[in-house]
Amino acid sequence: MENTNAKPKREVVVPGDLLDDKELRPGSGTYVQDGKLYSSLLGVKSIRSNYVNVIPLSGRYLPQTADTVVGKIIDIGPSNWLVDINAPYPAPLHVNEVPWRVEFGDTARFLNVGDVIMAKILMMDETNKIQVTMNESGMRKLQGGHVIQVSYSKVPRVIGKGGSMIQMIKNMTDCRVFVGQNGMIWIEGELDNILVASKAIEMIDEEAQASNLTDRVKEYLERNAPAEGQ
Amino acid sequence: MDSDIVMVDDKGKRVDGREANDLRPMKIEAGVLPNADGSAYLEIGKNKVLAAVYGPRECHPRHLQDPTKAIVQCKYNMQSYSVSDRKRPGPDRRSAEISKIISEALESVILTELFPRASIDVYIEIMQANAGTRCAGLTAASVALADAGMPMRDLVPSVAVGKADGKLLLDLNKEEDNFGEADLPLAIIPKTDEVVLLQMDGHMTKEEFDSAMKTGVAACHEIYEMQKDALRRRYSVGEEEEVEE
Repeated sequence: MENTNAKPKREVVVPGDLLDDKELRPGSGTYVQDGKLYSSLLGVKSIRSNYVNVIPLSGRYLPQTADTVVGKIIDIGPSNWLVDINAPYPAPLHVNEVPWRVEFGDTARFLNVGDVIMAKILMMDETNKIQVTMNESGMRKLQGGHVIQVSYSKVPRVIGKGGSMIQMIKNMTDCRVFVGQNGMIWIEGELDNILVASKAIEMIDEEAQASNLTDRVKEYLERNAPAEGQ
Repeated sequence: MDSDIVMVDDKGKRVDGREANDLRPMKIEAGVLPNADGSAYLEIGKNKVLAAVYGPRECHPRHLQDPTKAIVQCKYNMQSYSVSDRKRPGPDRRSAEISKIISEALESVILTELFPRASIDVYIEIMQANAGTRCAGLTAASVALADAGMPMRDLVPSVAVGKADGKLLLDLNKEEDNFGEADLPLAIIPKTDEVVLLQMDGHMTKEEFDSAMKTGVAACHEIYEMQKDALRRRYSVGEEEEVEE
């Protein structure tokens, strides 16, 4: 384990690249053919405790059970809503999974098309059928605000180590920000501040590989953030 | 076909100055369309091709869904201004055929069973055509797929080998295609040299065919390197900075 704690060297791999031909085990984003390990994605190779993973640089969000996501209502049924969470599949939200008591056919009174919600992935079964829920603490309808979209693989960079990056953006722009695991980010605040915050997040999305990212985002925010921030 | 055009001169040079086994100059760029999930722009000789990938996404119409895997829907389209005589826009028999064979070639490398019921949509637009557009389209489409983060076994390079003036020539251009005797587009999976697309129009002897396959496969490997390079280039900016600091 000692050597794996060292900062893993970054190597961009493309589909079909040979990753390893002997002892290492296949992780996510890889496949095995004739006993050899190949990448199946365009991404960054990373080795962690005998497993080779390829961390994707792009692609669609594939839901994982218990992920917190930001979603947009795109359709209403008599007893459910359809939520767009940027996954390959539609994500239904059943009336039993919301914190309100909803009469049959009365769904539109609670959530309407275009509303933004925070939700949790209730389950994703082996046939990739998704269900989301709002019956968890913190899950709610997000009033007002803006939604921006980044690649889901960049979410960890947007949040930063222990939430450092997102905390900095929140403090310096005086905005309220929620980051979904699916790469949808909800921002609320003064209009000018929202623009600064979304610009900063866009910057993270584009330059996620750079190492001194936090400093550069900080510098950007210091130049553009409102006076009382700092 | 009889014509007074000399396809290959005494020095072995072709009408555009290439040797028999030379590819036309090629340029690939990944990630050119921000609104698509993945995209690529490719130029080979005078061909200009744009490929865009959307998905995996919910498959419409529903009856096309496959509960065991994703389907690959490719649309190959030639712009009306892509050829010297205006092409009547819209789908025709030729583009339907090319769409089908490209879909099948791509389906063989994409790990479709990871996305049951979904659809992966590939759009190939030919902006300028100068022979070999199906190969150019397929080459671009596979770069666009990788750019879209699609899990796939390998990239698919594709090239055509033809015959003109009785000689085998790699990557025919318009003149060689029109006045030549045969055209053999092929696409492979470079890692295993599996053939995923092979068509022929015209005539070749068995020996010529074997030799054409050999040069074609070798050229595909050359194109494969350019595809990989295009993908790496797209994400190299951040990396270089990291090395410096």
